[in-house]
Amino acid sequence: MSDDQATMTTVLDTVDVAQTSPDAEQPWQELGLKQDEYKRIREILERRPTSAELAMYSVMWSEHCSYKSSKVHLRRFGDLPQETPRGKQLAGIGENAGVIDIGQGWAVTFKIESHNHPSYIEPYQGAATGVGGIVRDIMAMGARPIAIMDPLRFGRIDHPDTARVLPGIVAGVGGYGNCLGLPNIGGELVFDECYQGNPLVNALCVGSLRHEDLHLANASGVGNKIVLFGAKTGGDGIGGVSVLASETFDADGPTKRPAVQVGDPFAEKVLIECCLDLYHAGVVEGIQDLGGAGLSCATSELASAGDGGMSIELDRVPLRDSSLRAEEILMSESQERMMAVVAPAQLDAFLEITEKWDVEATVLGEVTDGEHLVITWHGETIVDVPPRSVAHDGPVYQRPMERPAYLEELQADSTARLDRPASDEELRAQLLQVLGSPNVCDKSWVTDQYDRYVRGNTAQAMPADAGIVRVDEESGLGVALATDCNGRFAKLDPYAGAQLALAEAYRNVATTGAQPLAVSDCLNFGSPEDPGVMWQFSQSVDGLTDACRELGIPVTGGNVSFYNQTGDTAIHPTPVIAVLGVLDDVSRHASSGWQQTGEPVYLLGEARDELDGSQWSAVVHQHLGGTPPQVDLRAEKGLAEALREAVAGGAISSAHDVSDGGLGVALAESAMAHDIGAVINLPGAAFVDLFSESTGRVVVTVPDGEGSSLEAACVRYDVPFAKIGVTGGDSLVITDRFEVPIADLRETHQATLPLALDGR
Amino acid sequence: MGHVVIDVMPKTEILDPQGQAIAGALPRLGIDQFADVRQGKRFVLAVDGDVTQEHLAQARAAAEKMLSNPVIEDVVSVRVLEADGR
Amino acid sequence: MKIGVITFPGSLDDHDAMRAIRVAGGDAVSLWHGDADLHGVDAVVVPGGFSYGDYLRCGAIARFAPVMDRLIPAAQGGLPVLGICNGFQVLCESHLLPGALTPRTDQRFYCNDQVLKVESTSTAWTSAYDEGAEITVVHKNGEGRFVADEHTLDELEGEGRVVFRYVGGNPNGSYRDIAGVTNERGNVVGLMPHPEHCVEEGYGPSLDGLAFFTSVLTAAAGV
Repeated sequence: MSDDQATMTTVLDTVDVAQTSPDAEQPWQELGLKQDEYKRIREILERRPTSAELAMYSVMWSEHCSYKSSKVHLRRFGDLPQETPRGKQLAGIGENAGVIDIGQGWAVTFKIESHNHPSYIEPYQGAATGVGGIVRDIMAMGARPIAIMDPLRFGRIDHPDTARVLPGIVAGVGGYGNCLGLPNIGGELVFDECYQGNPLVNALCVGSLRHEDLHLANASGVGNKIVLFGAKTGGDGIGGVSVLASETFDADGPTKRPAVQVGDPFAEKVLIECCLDLYHAGVVEGIQDLGGAGLSCATSELASAGDGGMSIELDRVPLRDSSLRAEEILMSESQERMMAVVAPAQLDAFLEITEKWDVEATVLGEVTDGEHLVITWHGETIVDVPPRSVAHDGPVYQRPMERPAYLEELQADSTARLDRPASDEELRAQLLQVLGSPNVCDKSWVTDQYDRYVRGNTAQAMPADAGIVRVDEESGLGVALATDCNGRFAKLDPYAGAQLALAEAYRNVATTGAQPLAVSDCLNFGSPEDPGVMWQFSQSVDGLTDACRELGIPVTGGNVSFYNQTGDTAIHPTPVIAVLGVLDDVSRHASSGWQQTGEPVYLLGEARDELDGSQWSAVVHQHLGGTPPQVDLRAEKGLAEALREAVAGGAISSAHDVSDGGLGVALAESAMAHDIGAVINLPGAAFVDLFSESTGRVVVTVPDGEGSSLEAACVRYDVPFAKIGVTGGDSLVITDRFEVPIADLRETHQATLPLALDGR
Repeated sequence: MGHVVIDVMPKTEILDPQGQAIAGALPRLGIDQFADVRQGKRFVLAVDGDVTQEHLAQARAAAEKMLSNPVIEDVVSVRVLEADGR
Repeated sequence: MKIGVITFPGSLDDHDAMRAIRVAGGDAVSLWHGDADLHGVDAVVVPGGFSYGDYLRCGAIARFAPVMDRLIPAAQGGLPVLGICNGFQVLCESHLLPGALTPRTDQRFYCNDQVLKVESTSTAWTSAYDEGAEITVVHKNGEGRFVADEHTLDELEGEGRVVFRYVGGNPNGSYRDIAGVTNERGNVVGLMPHPEHCVEEGYGPSLDGLAFFTSVLTAAAGV
């Protein structure tokens, strides 16, 4: 390093300095910016950026914050009607989370997000802060968070790295969510080799609010104060910008800054209660959570969405580590912080509430009548930028796309060539084999580490098809939620795969009797720089958009996670779809297990010979090829309507979706729930009936004398139905084929995870 | 700035699952010469200037009153942290 | 009949405890940790959660909250007090109840529907149960393993102060399957499982928790 550069260690890189040293070398490349991006920053500012500005642009223009590769595709969601079956959205895509009217003056907001990469590096904290981040997104809408869900995906169950990351991730989700007092009501647990080295940790939060409590993230009203409150700022998650500290300020070499954040769920719990008090007192004009890119993001987004002008005195930020540089403070991803816009007349009331909760609150600056975000450090200007250029007008790429060459061969290799069970004995053995396989087996090793009861509003949680929570204690108004994705199907056909994920989540919500209203998506893919991955991504977005249009439900928000790949090998396209539905009275919902003996068992929908991509093909033959099951959205919609009507009319005593593993697994799960078996007469060919994963199917039981009402509902909505048996006994009996005692089903179903994860 | 160090250990008769978990994991790393592991807690209390007898007395009170639970834990030492970090 | 529920920073099941009191027919009164005043309540529930994050030891910091300065002497004077989960931990840290709660043997948080046997009905919080009854109550904790020295355990057993025992499997490694205990007078009860989650049809595994709250309403009426 030259002497010239070494002398910079003592000089703060202010706007004045930047103006007088236009040719100073800047580490834009190390910060992940492309040459033309750096050039554009210089054009916007009409000078070189200061190092603080460079840090802000680099992080806000990153894939993670700017959606620069996905934006052109995601716009298609915006073309969907912004209405749910219950009316206009109160806030749509583009806000922290979409807000949906569910009636009686109540609204809910929900969103699903990924925290994949941090969770691979530091499983416990990565997963914990993933939960913390999505919960703050929901809080920032003015809502009380009421439940969480967590779809998780790992590599092979017997791989040593799975043994390293899985327990930590589960403990992190549980440790944070449990301490926060949020019931965990569902999710997924999937093992597949493609996630080896790229585990997927997605987290969903749902919150409820009265219509009048809706808050939006914008800073308007000249003179209004900008208040930072919550935890102190430390060096969390700023590993990426240490390059600035090393090259610009410290001639002695790079400083060590952690790349991961550490969460404090206690601080977040206090912050939730504090925020709700602030909302109810009416002392908040605008609110924004601090997540990725910390203060850089919060200040630029608030200003950009508001009047544009804001001044911030960065040296006022309370620090946990006094050695932090200005750039690092701007980048820090320290958790459990929020930023509020507060009218001067309400500042005292605001501070009184934060004091009650022992939450530190600091006025950093105010809304100004200019159009620039100006940040000073001990009186000197280090940032002076148009906030829109940072937050909203980042680069947009039309990445090249190409249908992957392997797809032809993959789709041609169908399951038609695989041996099917030759005897009833083999049929029975393969059912047990699938039932005990990692993706179908009992997941309570994981879900028992989560509190599903806290707040006392949980009407249904894992392992049910959908989680249900009550929103209003008076009326019983509540919501049902499910998340789903079959990455194997999406690998075979990403367009159909996204639709199948949506269809399954939609159906899972419908089995409870709820009316599906809206979608949030977490699109997990490989590298956008790979044209094959970009094609998968675009296909999935198309599939999802077309399906939402057909079903009449909007996408209200979500997130994209790219770069989930090792070397050239990307994960399966994994568009995880969350569907939210509403129940006017949660106490009148259907659950998924058989609860009474002597009740008729019906199968709604029909099986086709569709085994490609199925669990049977994976478990019995380690095969993936062919084309996924056909999607029929009109049929799904009719099925949902029929279920809703039948549940509301008391014509259904239990309902369970048929998906992973097929009907055989659905029957076994229904029997194990309450130890009540059944005698089943399969309507068609036994193997196809038991193992096909054809969509649009639900197993229901009917209370005595209600069969005709169910059948009438099915006829009305054009849903095929067949009476396939009757509940009772302590075995699952497949007439003329085989039977399995429930105790044996359970032993097979429950043994897998404890054996793999605890060795017992 | 001076520092007082307080060490708290689980009582020997109380099962220490954290220590047990570590003891169980070490042999997997090839570290197999330890018969047992117990995990305790260290508190470091900072004072302005040098540590005085009065500081130590207060630290002992804190250790007994709040930092340990006599049902399951022992305060094993309350002492001044030396300049060399020992 | 007024029953107070204390909210510490990090309390989670305070809302649920207040609902359970209302369902049982009582008036639920919110008590704030920083307020050294019991506001004339006839009984107090110390609810579940992670008070102050449970960072030092579970319940160790909450025990020094201003409201505890009032609660401890009141409990010693006979005020009915129920500690649920974190509340049980707070009462043990306060020495209102013997023993301590330590991490579960496998160190994982564990949530299940747990069967308990009611061993004593002569406390303020269990009089509405039948002795020996088996009830199903939500159990959820990471540090619910009840420990005490042999002498204390023998004394608790001898004086009939073990109020609940785990049945059908000990979910956390508690000594002698103890799920809940009482003080000598029988007015202070602590247990790890959560009766407040078992008071409403459709929410929780049973309605078996309701009798805690009806018991204390009867007891308080008799004072």
